[in-house]
Formats: sequence, C-alpha cells, structure tokens
Amino acid sequence: MNRPDKVLILGSGALRIGQAGEFDYSGSQAIKALKQEGIRTVLVNPNIATIQTTPGLADEIYLVPVAADFVEKVIKRERPDGILLNVGGQTALNVGVELWRAGVLEKYGVRCLGTPVETIEESEDRERFAVRMRAIGVDVPRGSTASSVEGALEAAAAIGYPLMVRAAYSLGGLASGMVTSPDELRERVREALAHSPQVLVEEYLGGWKEVEYEVVRDRFGNGVTVCNMENLDPMGIHTGESIVVAPSQTLTNSEYHRLRSVSLHVADKLGIIGECNVQYALHPAGKEYRVIEVNARLSRSSALASKATGYPLAWVATKLALGHGLADLKNAVTGVTGCFFEPALDYVTVKIPRWDLNKFKAASRRIGTEMKSVGEVMAIGVTFEEALQKAVRSLGTGLDGLTDPKARVPDPRDEIAHPTDRRLYAMAQAIADGMSAREVHELSRVDPWFIARLLEIVQAAAGLAGQRLDAFDCEGLRTLKRLGFSDRALARHLGSTEDEVRSRRIQLGVVPHARRIDTLAGEFPAATNYLYMTYGGDHEEVEPEARGRPVVVLGSGPYCIGSSVEFDWCSVGMCRTASALGYRTVLINCNPETVSTDYDETDRLYFEELTLERVLDITSFEQPLGVVVSVGGQLPNTLAASLARAGVHLIGTSPDGIDRAENRRRFSALLDELHIAQPPWNELSTLDEARRFAAEVGYPVLVRPSYVLSGSAMNIAKTESSLAQYLMQAARVSPDSPVVISKFIEGAKEIEIDGVAQDGELVIYAITEHVEQSGVHSGDATVVLPPQNTYLETVRRAKWIAKSIARALRINGPFNVQFLARNNEVSVIECNLRASRSFPFVSKATGYNFIEIAARAMLGVDVKGEYRTLDLDYVAVKVPQFSFSRLKGADPVLYVEMTSTGEAACLGDSLEQAWYKAAISTGFSLPRKSVLVSIGADAHKVKLLDSLRALAAAGFELYATDGTHRFLEANGIKSQLAHKVSEGKSPSVVDLVLGKVVGCVLNIPKRTADEATLTDGYHIRRSAADIGVPLVNDAELARLFVRTLLAHPREGLEARPLSDYIRR
Amino acid sequence: MRTTRRVFLELEDGTRLAGSSFGHFGQASGEVVFSTGMTGYVESLTDPSFRGQILVMTYPLIGNYGVPDKAEVDRFESDRIQVAGLVVARAHDDASHAGAARSMPEWLASEEIPGVEGIDTRHLTLRLREHGTMLGRILPAEVPLAELAPMFDPNRIDVVSTVTVKEPWSGVGSQGSGIGGRKRVILVDCGVKRSIRRELLARGVEVRQVPSNWDYTGEPFDGILVSNGPGNPEQCPTTIEVLRRAMALGRPILGICLGTQLMALAAGARTYKLRYGHRGQNQPCRESGSDRCRLTSQNHGYAVDARTLPDDWQVWFTNINDGSVEGIRHKRRPFAGVQFHPEASPGPLDSRDLFDRFVESL
Repeated sequence: MNRPDKVLILGSGALRIGQAGEFDYSGSQAIKALKQEGIRTVLVNPNIATIQTTPGLADEIYLVPVAADFVEKVIKRERPDGILLNVGGQTALNVGVELWRAGVLEKYGVRCLGTPVETIEESEDRERFAVRMRAIGVDVPRGSTASSVEGALEAAAAIGYPLMVRAAYSLGGLASGMVTSPDELRERVREALAHSPQVLVEEYLGGWKEVEYEVVRDRFGNGVTVCNMENLDPMGIHTGESIVVAPSQTLTNSEYHRLRSVSLHVADKLGIIGECNVQYALHPAGKEYRVIEVNARLSRSSALASKATGYPLAWVATKLALGHGLADLKNAVTGVTGCFFEPALDYVTVKIPRWDLNKFKAASRRIGTEMKSVGEVMAIGVTFEEALQKAVRSLGTGLDGLTDPKARVPDPRDEIAHPTDRRLYAMAQAIADGMSAREVHELSRVDPWFIARLLEIVQAAAGLAGQRLDAFDCEGLRTLKRLGFSDRALARHLGSTEDEVRSRRIQLGVVPHARRIDTLAGEFPAATNYLYMTYGGDHEEVEPEARGRPVVVLGSGPYCIGSSVEFDWCSVGMCRTASALGYRTVLINCNPETVSTDYDETDRLYFEELTLERVLDITSFEQPLGVVVSVGGQLPNTLAASLARAGVHLIGTSPDGIDRAENRRRFSALLDELHIAQPPWNELSTLDEARRFAAEVGYPVLVRPSYVLSGSAMNIAKTESSLAQYLMQAARVSPDSPVVISKFIEGAKEIEIDGVAQDGELVIYAITEHVEQSGVHSGDATVVLPPQNTYLETVRRAKWIAKSIARALRINGPFNVQFLARNNEVSVIECNLRASRSFPFVSKATGYNFIEIAARAMLGVDVKGEYRTLDLDYVAVKVPQFSFSRLKGADPVLYVEMTSTGEAACLGDSLEQAWYKAAISTGFSLPRKSVLVSIGADAHKVKLLDSLRALAAAGFELYATDGTHRFLEANGIKSQLAHKVSEGKSPSVVDLVLGKVVGCVLNIPKRTADEATLTDGYHIRRSAADIGVPLVNDAELARLFVRTLLAHPREGLEARPLSDYIRR
Repeated sequence: MRTTRRVFLELEDGTRLAGSSFGHFGQASGEVVFSTGMTGYVESLTDPSFRGQILVMTYPLIGNYGVPDKAEVDRFESDRIQVAGLVVARAHDDASHAGAARSMPEWLASEEIPGVEGIDTRHLTLRLREHGTMLGRILPAEVPLAELAPMFDPNRIDVVSTVTVKEPWSGVGSQGSGIGGRKRVILVDCGVKRSIRRELLARGVEVRQVPSNWDYTGEPFDGILVSNGPGNPEQCPTTIEVLRRAMALGRPILGICLGTQLMALAAGARTYKLRYGHRGQNQPCRESGSDRCRLTSQNHGYAVDARTLPDDWQVWFTNINDGSVEGIRHKRRPFAGVQFHPEASPGPLDSRDLFDRFVESL
C-alpha cells in the first residue's frame, strides 16, 4: 500500500453537546501517528482552544471552518494526497462524505485513508444500514412504516406488542410513544397521522441492556474488540447520557462473546479499516440482541474505551489506516506486547456524564434519547462501589459521594421512573428511605446487579449512624474505603471532620495505593506511567518518581459550561514546558475526553479525582517539588488554599496572593488601595439590606446569592420588585447564605487582559475586547484581538491596572483581569490568578505561547522580554458555540451566566472577515435573504436603524414584530408584520421561523432576564434554535453581522494557514 | 455486609496473604495459577484442565451473573467444579441474572470448594509472574500448622486419570445433516470440556469418548481428537504410546491443548513448563506464513518446544506475545494440534473453523 506524503486531517470544530473534547484527543493522537512516519500533516480545525491546533504538532494549521467550501480551498492550496475523516467526529465525517460525493477528493487526487467512504455512507443511512445488516445475518430492530391505521395494525402484528409508534417527519418526538395493545395502537396512530403522513412502527426495546463494543480491524482482516462497555441505564437513555461501565458487569461469557463475534462480523462485512463501534440492545435474559448503530469513526465512546483500557485507539486506528497490520504494531503503552490483543482489565471503570442543566433557563432536567450532557468523568476502582463514588466526586459538583444529602431530590420515585440527570442519586435516596431494590429495578429497569451495589453503599452508610470514628479499626475503615467512601463523607456520617478522619486512617495505615493500568492485567511486565489509586490492594506496586522530585499539575476535571478543552490545553502546555526544562511531571485528571490523560504526555498520569483528599494522598506519596493549581481552570484553583494549609507547596503565585484575588472583600480593599475603580458592591444577609443597598447604588443590580434553590446563580434585577421576587423564590438570603449585590453598569464595553507575571512584574499581556456590551458573560461574548474599537487611553489604563495588580499580589504565573470601560473610565470587575479560558486564543492569535511563558515563569526561568501583542497586521475573533438545539425548551438568550459550550476562532485581514469565518465555524449560514427582526428596547432600535436600512437596500426581505414594524415604518423602511403567536394570525413569528421563511433572526431582547421567559421573544428564539436558523440577540453583534453580510460574500473568504499570519 | 471468616492463602515461598472466606470454609491445596479472563467463571471453574489448581482471577469482580441451574448441563464444562480453590478480589453473591439459579459463593459451598476474597490479586499475580507459578494452599485462620499435609503438586502425578471418563461413551450429533455425515471420531478424554464434544456433535459426527489410557487403535474410526486436560503431559505415557500407534494408521488427528502436547511427545518432540502459563481469553496467535491472526482462549502451563519438533512436523501457530508454540502440524499427514481452545467457552469464538476443517478432513 502506498504511503501518503501529506495528509489532511479534519478536526471537529467548536465543542458542542454531543461533540466535545474527545476529538482533540483522537486528532492529536492521529497527528502524532502520522508524524512518526515522516508524513506531512495539515489540520483544518477552527477550535483554537485545542491541543491539536498548537503550532508544532501539525505542519500546517488552518483555523477555518470545517465546511466543504473551506476544506476545498485548503486542498487546492496544500495538495495533500491523503485525508483522514475519522478523527473529527460527525462534523469531519459529514464534510468528508460531501467532498467525496462532489468529486472534490477525486479531482485533487486525495485518497481517503482507512475505512472507505462508501462504508461510512452506508453506516450513516439508517435504511440502507438496516438492509445491509439483515443481509449479513445481523439482527436490527424490527419495524416498518405505515400510512394508515390498518397498515400500522398489520405491521404491529408482525412485530408483536409492546411497540413504539413514532410520527415520521415530526419535530421533538411529537405523538410518539409506547403502545401495548391494538386499541392503543389505533388511537395513537390516528393521532400521529393527523400530524404526519406516515408513522413508524418499531419493536419496543425499553429496558433492554445497552452494550457497546469498540472494534479495530486492519486491511488484512484481523480484528479485535478493544473494550466492551455496559450502560447502567438501559435502552431509552442516550449512551452519552448514561452511566457507563467497562468492562460489562452483568453479561455472561456467552452473551459477551456472542456480541463480540457479531461486532467483528459487522466490521469485517462493512470493510472497516481502523476503528468502529457497534452499539447493541441486549435482552435482559440474553436471548436476543439488536444492533442499534455502528459508528465508522473514532467517537466519544472510543475515547472512553481508550482511557478505560490504556489501549491507544486513535493512534492504532491511524496506523491501520496507513496500511499497517495489527500484529506488527507494538503496543506503545506496554512496549512489550503487540496491538493485536484485547486488553484484560483488572479493575472496573465507571463513567458518569456531567450535566449543567441549571445553567440554562427553562431547560428540562429529563434525560432520554437526546444528549444534553456537556462532559463526563471516568473513575477507576477495584470495586464497582469505589469507582462509582469516586466518579460522583470527580464531577466537581461538590458532592462527597453517593450519600451526600446535597444530592437529595424532592420526589425520587418520579426521577427514577422518568429519568433526570439526578436519577443515580434518586435511586440511592429511595433505597435509603426504604424502597426495595426490586421496586427500584421495576421503576428504572436498571439491572439488579447495579442496584445491589447501590444498596451496599447505602447500607454501609446507614450502619455508620451513631458510631464514632475511634471505634473503627484498620479493617473496618478499609472496608468502608473499599466501598468508595471519602474522608469527608465518613466525617459527615460519623460526626467528625475530614482532617480527623484522614489522620485517623493514616495512623491506622489505611492509605490508597497506586496501581498501574497495563492493558494486560499484569500478565507481562509493562512499565506504564498510567496509574490510579485504590484501596483494593495492600501492596505498593510503584515507587515514587525516582528520577527527581516531580512537578504535580492538576488538570481541569470534567468539561462543563465555563471549563472546557482550553484548560486541557493549558495543563498539557504546562507539563510539556516543565518536561522540556528537565522536570519530571505528574498530572492528575479524571476526564477521559482529554489529551492530558494520554499515556505519552507526562512522566506519570494519575487518573484520579481532583479532590483535596486524593491530591494529598498523591502528594504525600510522590513528595513533589510542588503543585500547580493555576492551569486547570477553577476546579483545581479552589483547592489552592486547603492544599497550602495542608503544607503542600504551590508552584506559582503564593496562596495568600491567590486568596487576595479570590476573596471579594480583600480584593476590593486592594483595588481601593491602588485607586482602581470597581462597581460598588456589598455582601448582604437580609432582604431589607439588599433592597436598601440596591436603592442606594441604583438599579439595575447584579445579584449573586450563595445559595440557589433553582435556576441560575447570577441574575440582573432591574427593579426592586424583581430583586425581591428573585431573592424570595429562586434563592435564599440569610446570614448563613449571604447575597452579593453589585451595581450593574449598562452600556459599557468589556475588555480583558490575559497575562503572565513573574515575581510581580508583568511580562506579557494580551488585551481583548468584547463585541457585545456589558451584561453578556465573557464566555459567551464575541472576543476580538487586538481591540478594534477601544480607545488607546483605555488600553493604556487597563495595562497600568494589570501591572499594579500583578505587583501588589506578587503574581507569579498566569492571570486574567476583566474590565468595564465607559468613556475612558475603566473599572475592574474580576481578577483570576490562573490561566483563563482565553489563554489558548491569545496565544495562538499573537504567536506567543502564554502557557509556556507562564510555566517558565512559575519554574523560575527568566522570561522577561519584548512581546508584540497589540500592533498586529490581522484580526482574530473568537465566537461562542451554543448547543441550544440539544436543550429542548431552554431559552437561547445571552445573559450574565455562561451558556455556550465551546468556541471557534479565526484570523482575517479585517474584523468582519475573521468574524464571518468564526461564525460559519459555529454553524452560521444564511440560506435566504430574509430576516425576522424583533427589537425590544427603543435605544436598540435606534442603534440598529442604519443597519436595517442597509439590509433593506441590499434587497433583504424584512419581517418585523409589532413594535419594530411600526418603528421601521416610521423611518421609511419597508417590512412585513410578523404576528405574535398569541394573536393567532398568520404569519406568526413561529410560522416564519419554523417554515424557514426567514434565513436569520435578529432578536434583541430587553435585558430583563429575571422576568418570565415564556414570551413571544422566547418563542422566536426557541424556534430558531429548534430549526437551526441563525439567531443574533445582541445589538452590537447585529451591527457587525449586517456590516459583514453586506461587504463580504462567503465565497471571498480566504483559507490561509496560521503560519501565514503569524510571522516574525 | 456479609460476616466474614478469615482465611489465608499461603504460597510455597512462605508468603501469606490474608483474605475472607466465601464458598466452603475449609482447606485446599494445589498449584496457584492466574487467569486474565474477564467473564466465564462458570466455564473456567468446571474446566477439568484446572484440576489440582487454585485459580486466581485477575478481574476483581467475580460472581456478578450468578450460576445456572445444575440441570442445564450445557452451561458447565464438566459435572463438577474442578479447581481446588478460588481466589478473587471481590466475590459477588448475586443471582439476579435471568440465567442464574444460585450465587457463585453458594455453588462453591455446595461443592465444598473454598474461596478467598479481599486478596490483593494484582500483587499476587505480579508475584506469580515474577517467581513463576507456585504451589500453595488455602488455610482457615485457626488451622494449626502442625496438622498440615504437604502442598499438593498436580504436576507430579497422573492427574488426567482423575478427570477422564471411566467407561467409553458414544453419542451421535442430533444434526444428521451436519458436515460430519456418518463419520466416527474417537475423542480421547484427558479431561475434555463438554463444549469440545458439543462442537463435534454439532457437526453431525458420531463421537466415541474414551478414557485417556484406552487403546482405540483396533476400533473402527475416521479421526481422533485428543482433548485438553490438566497437569504435565509427561505423566501420561500410556496415552502417548497409544497415540503413537494411532499415528501409524494415518487418519486425521486434532489435538487441543494438552492433546497437542501429547501429540508432540508421541511424535518425538519435547514439552516444557512455562513460567506462569497462558490463562486467559486474549492470547494473540499468528498462523505461520500468513497475515491472519486470531485471538484465542487459553489455559495451559506446558508448551511444545519448537526446537525439538521432528523434521516432518512444523509450527502452525505462534503466540505473538512471547513467541511460544501455539499449534503444530505434520507436513504431509493430517495431524495437527493447537495449544489454544477453539471451542472457547470461555473466550472468543474466532477459532471454531478448526472444528470444521477437522471434520471436513475425515
């Protein structure tokens, strides 16, 4: 097989629900695998926060949309002879298939490496796939379509009851559901046919086990299943929403191997070369199975499988795509065995999804066949209980384990029967409250084996009631630790403190031991650096790092809103730099969708929970030089104070410096001392005080309660009544849970400084501005570098402030300051002494690797020098990626809480060009020249008048809601009236959007996010999200949007490599 | 939580590991070996090849799907638990699986087989790997050392004779239309797993299962399958001698595991003891002269020494991990044997084609 010389790799673009950081892992491994063979690599991925887009990995990096037109431009320029479609998720696969169909690949002589495109196409088309599977003797769900009640009855008779009925071509599962009898079927089908011309009648697989196999296969036909995984949540819950266990726990040998054989058969018949996964529904009695889906690419599951087994799936898949045979590839993890084998695990892994549903307004907590989670954690243990409780803690939601009362739900029975993101806790709670295991099983259909494990944990916790810590001996404590109880949980159950439990157990010699993950259960010596800690053993398997005391780096934990792949980039950058400086590196993280947890990134990897207890366990074993808490985002940063108190040395800014920035009162005092302005604020513990303070500073005010009952933690109150309403209904205010209220400054500009200081001296900084006005969370803002619309005076002032703060706090490492600027008055709203979300953006956009500089600074290397970050010949724009289409019911509105799930950034010669490319990267497209306009505030109407006039002049058809329509009319701009839904007239706003009459929606709501959301504005925004019509809901952004649209046709946008912009 | 009784696992080098008892509370002695399979404890525990051994499972959770009813004979590899004792990290006593009639610890108790849980099985495995397999015993905490008999070594006696059938047994496959037609196969039972017999019967042949020392050379047959079994192949001189005479008849012979070692000895080659054996379901083998590999189920402590193979024999399969012999065959005559288990059970089903090839050759 001819080896290609130059390979184009398609990345997955901005992170969104269903497609997250796992593709940074697969893409990065693939690039490494190609580079090892001397193949030149070209990467297309606008996700600037990823490790794969870091200069130095791929030979050329294109921060342009993963879209057929842009990729074709890249192909034309680069002339690769191979393309890799399987490491960039569904996005890369779809674009690849599109290019192949359009003949682009053939035209330029680009060969698709690995699994042929024909196979990909076949596996993606449900109908064709089912036909193919039946033809090779593989069972798929039985079902057929019908267009009449009689037809449906006939189909049903062939399948048998119960079964599922779905209306074809309907949005949101309208009129679908389970029926158990012909009578119910008749009724349901009649109803469904009223909405849709066809119904799908399918066999009902609810309650079947859901199992997955990861398969690798080479071009000689050798295949193995690297891992099998079992979902704790049976069929009916998306696997991305399920708790997943590897290996399977409740499958017998014959079930396991039957499905394994089918997996290999499917991969063989489809002609997979590389990797695929096969998803099954398995009848609980094991008699029957159905293949639900085959993914002919690396996936979230394969990332999980890779981390669960230690088998580098993406690396192997890439080698196989290049034509290598499985048996000839050395297992890079063990160094002694080959890649043709199936890992034998001697531990159990548990994955739990990370949801962030309370960040979204009006989003339902129910989970089901659509993915809503934004990240996941994996935990490893010798017992299931140990792994499960560890996973719960790894989520970073503050729970100390399964029995944490903070996880209690009001109606557990309901949340068990109708699953929500809290079902696991609801099950544990119900068991604790006396529900029988049998009933839990009947309500949830979760396999009794898993419920029995929950029962063991709950019973052990119940057994602690009334006991005292000093009554426990070594064996007693060890038994509890083997069931996964944390020191904090034990302290809670025993009326003790975490410190006391810790010292007691250490005194008794109850400590966890590090174990290797070696892919073969110890059968051969394998010097892997992949470790976890467990109470399941009592012998030391590894020695502390012998070649010098290491630097311990705390990773990011799970991806969630506000903490994503950017912190993995920072963690990896920190480790690589420390390593280059000759330090031994140890990384701790629990997120399987990361590059940082790859086997070849650090000297030692602890796949572990990021809790005080575990970090101390590791540091007391490793005796490191120090711990870095400032590169993994907020989760590790919050451990700074307690680690320091426990005597752990922090590398970077001192714990006191961190506290002075984190502690609101201390930081405020510091700003006053430095004569730096800040919005007035106060911490208040009664409603009356809150009212008085708000009246004093004037509305609107930003409200941050410390205890939230429902909804989001931050809100803006415009009036006294809305403040009172919020503080009485959504939050609680008391001396124990005070509320912080600050003056909200309207109409201001937000700017940010990302910087690195060394021993208090500012070394390098990058200044960015937001397109949107204040009030949009910085993570949801459109960020521009260098600033295009900020006064030089403001820039100077901001830099001076950053310098002063750096000096005052003696910052040593990364930091970020957020400012509000209005008429050259600059005030500080936040300061974090850690790497920020925008670190990779400013690094790649300026050409200076900020995290590398920060790492060197923290490790004492002199990094002072000249860095040019302001006077650039190009503009870089970062655009948020939202996932509202996945979150049924959530209000897609920008406000003070972050709701975006990812970002894309592009470079261009102008703000408009860079923004347009970045916007396209996040899914923006404009299929038709018609726009629905709905502007709440008069000031915004005036502000947008010129833009709307220009749009109309350019031939755009404008539809406008009542007030906007009248305003446009009064200003001589023609628009058609769009009726409110409540008026019942046609066309209503929703008709216009859902009917795709309009190509775009400009909906600029008044910023009254604390008021009822089920308004017409909500309907407009929600239907735009449902149907995938671009939605702009900020006035400044709308102006940029119109300017861009009128001046820059998409065809004219350039695809140039990053190296073309960054030249020095 | 269960109330636990303390037991020890003692190794011949003096190591003592403390754990908790499950199953039968009592003593056991044998060769301590580890298996890396993650499923299939029911099949493994009833595999006669484990006779005389204390089995350590590297996968920590054992017992998850319970044990089938005794009446479902096809779910077991023999009619009793064959291991002398079982060592696991965690024994689960669930029986909630639809195919389960009782829990794994109950089953062990009913057959008076002691189990130990709560042992650091990874540590134990690494120890066995570094030192090689060792003899050992399971001891209830209160047994005085003076009352102990010496440790039992299954490799020093003819352990095969304890697991083979006492009298010949004949059966015909229910599928008369199978590829085997009316062919007759002698199944030399050295401790055969039921699934091997099942694979033959499923192909429609008539199976005559004979004791390991039976002289079948005078009987009518179309082929011979020499089965798996426990212990050291050199302890079976009679079986080897009969096999040597059978080879002279020139009819097809297939060896499986111990059967292959016996074939090698009959052909004049030698066998040796592996340091810690191959026991698991993920052993990769490559067919000589081919790019095709297969993942196999294995359970053997001895192997054929490739250097001692006579000129008219060749290596058929090689273990990709350590290069050891995983199959041999005669260059001209229809004699072949594999060190792995094509019948799987437990393990991957990738090699059942070997039964097809054998039956087709009859």
